[in-house]
Amino acid sequence: MALIVDLFLQAMQMVLVVAIAPAVLGITRKVKARLLRRIGPPLLQPYLDLWKLMHKEAVLAHNASWVYRTAPYTIFAATWVAAALVPSYATGLLFSWSADLIAIVALLGTARFALALAGMDVGTAFGGIGSSREMMIASLAEPAMILIVFTVALVAGTTQLSAVATLFSTGSVGLRVSLGLGLFAFLFVAVAENARIPIDNPATHLELTMVHEAMVLEYSGRHLAMIEAASALKLVLYFSLIVCLFVPPGIAGPGAGLPEYALGIVSYLAKLLVLAVLLPIGETSVAKMRVFRYPLFVGSAFAAAALAVFLLFVSKGF
Amino acid sequence: MSKLLFDVAHLLAGSMLVLSFALLYQDRITAVINVFALQAITLSLSVAWQALVQDAPHLIVTAAIALVVKGFVVPYFLQRIVRALNIHRQIEQVIGSGSTMLTGLGLVALSILLVQPVGEVSIYVREDLAFALAVILLGLLMMITRRNAVTQVVGFMSLENGLVLAATGAKGMPLVVEVSVAFSVLIAFIVFGVFVFRMRERFDTVDVSALDRFRGDRKDAP
Repeated sequence: MALIVDLFLQAMQMVLVVAIAPAVLGITRKVKARLLRRIGPPLLQPYLDLWKLMHKEAVLAHNASWVYRTAPYTIFAATWVAAALVPSYATGLLFSWSADLIAIVALLGTARFALALAGMDVGTAFGGIGSSREMMIASLAEPAMILIVFTVALVAGTTQLSAVATLFSTGSVGLRVSLGLGLFAFLFVAVAENARIPIDNPATHLELTMVHEAMVLEYSGRHLAMIEAASALKLVLYFSLIVCLFVPPGIAGPGAGLPEYALGIVSYLAKLLVLAVLLPIGETSVAKMRVFRYPLFVGSAFAAAALAVFLLFVSKGF
Repeated sequence: MSKLLFDVAHLLAGSMLVLSFALLYQDRITAVINVFALQAITLSLSVAWQALVQDAPHLIVTAAIALVVKGFVVPYFLQRIVRALNIHRQIEQVIGSGSTMLTGLGLVALSILLVQPVGEVSIYVREDLAFALAVILLGLLMMITRRNAVTQVVGFMSLENGLVLAATGAKGMPLVVEVSVAFSVLIAFIVFGVFVFRMRERFDTVDVSALDRFRGDRKDAP
């Protein structure tokens, strides 16, 4: 019986992240449209888009190989697993032993690898540009991400997300400068990884400096639906990581009762809502960067994360 | 509870360090001045918090001086100078922005290493000293890497922010010292202002590399 309950809680987490991902995307689009004094699409438009794409014919290029056809499913699967592992409403779920921060970074790296391969597979110049830029951003953002992982791991003494969230939600860690710097760096990395505005524009196919949309330009039908769903999931994944690492209060601990789980879900959704409103506000207040300035932008995230690790050495000693 | 008090102090000191990096990173003159003002405001918050933590009311005066003079008066006049010189749209050449940031990181590591052997004090004091030293070194770095006289002045002022941070983080700095430091910085600021305007009159630019031609040891001096 206990096993069934555990399985149910874990399954609920897995379903929850997929179910709300398009809604989160819808909220960011709506807020952004309102900020630009447009009315914007309805909140549920991303669901309708996915539904429409699922029922359309998938057009393949003549020279597309199996890489091109399987990549969308690989990307979606890797992103979903990663998103389902991040503790959202409760810690200590059945599979939380595998929810390691480094594993999540590796899963996202796998998804990115598949996407870059798919971008180059058909052999169009545009996909190649997108892939090469994506890899440039990744080579800058991943070291920063790993340093953030180190920061968190040094503070918490573990890289296992569930244990980290449990520790941080008790408040015994206090306000740490290193964690503040880590959050600062993480926000930069999240913007870069999710193809958001100073780095990439998620709303257009028509810009020469775009990255993510350039890679998926050739996709259609159910393949495109998978990729769109995966990018929405990735956004939710990064939001969940922010919530889990930096604002964990409200999360249900291991062995909690029904009220705690309900509170956990409500607070998780509320935090996601806040982040989904803040993101477009940040996006509309800055201009898109030139490609040659990306290293500076992501490099400052790296600098902040490195600073956080340095500072931990001051307080802990070598 | 006392842990939280210290944590907030560290967060403020840490954000001063981040703002120092932002100063290094910015290449628009008006943005540099705005970031500097933000740093001074953070400094005054930090000093005011120290007044609360250390129960030292005279630090409130220090905070007020920092807020009014460095948070508002100096940035206001700098903006006016920049507008008067008509360089507020200029994008300054930073000498290799990426390498500057890396050097900055190295300086932070250096200041941490320097503070490490200071024993017999709590880790909080040690961290505070490391932050302050890093802010000072980053101010120096900014003075070295910039070619524009106005941003060099900003680098100098941010260095002074680091000095105040160091002095208030350690227990008990007499108000006389603070007032005299603030006063000397103001004098230095006026001297810099005169210097900038004279330079502008003479060479039609505030790029200090124009002064290189007048070095005595140059063979190709005119």
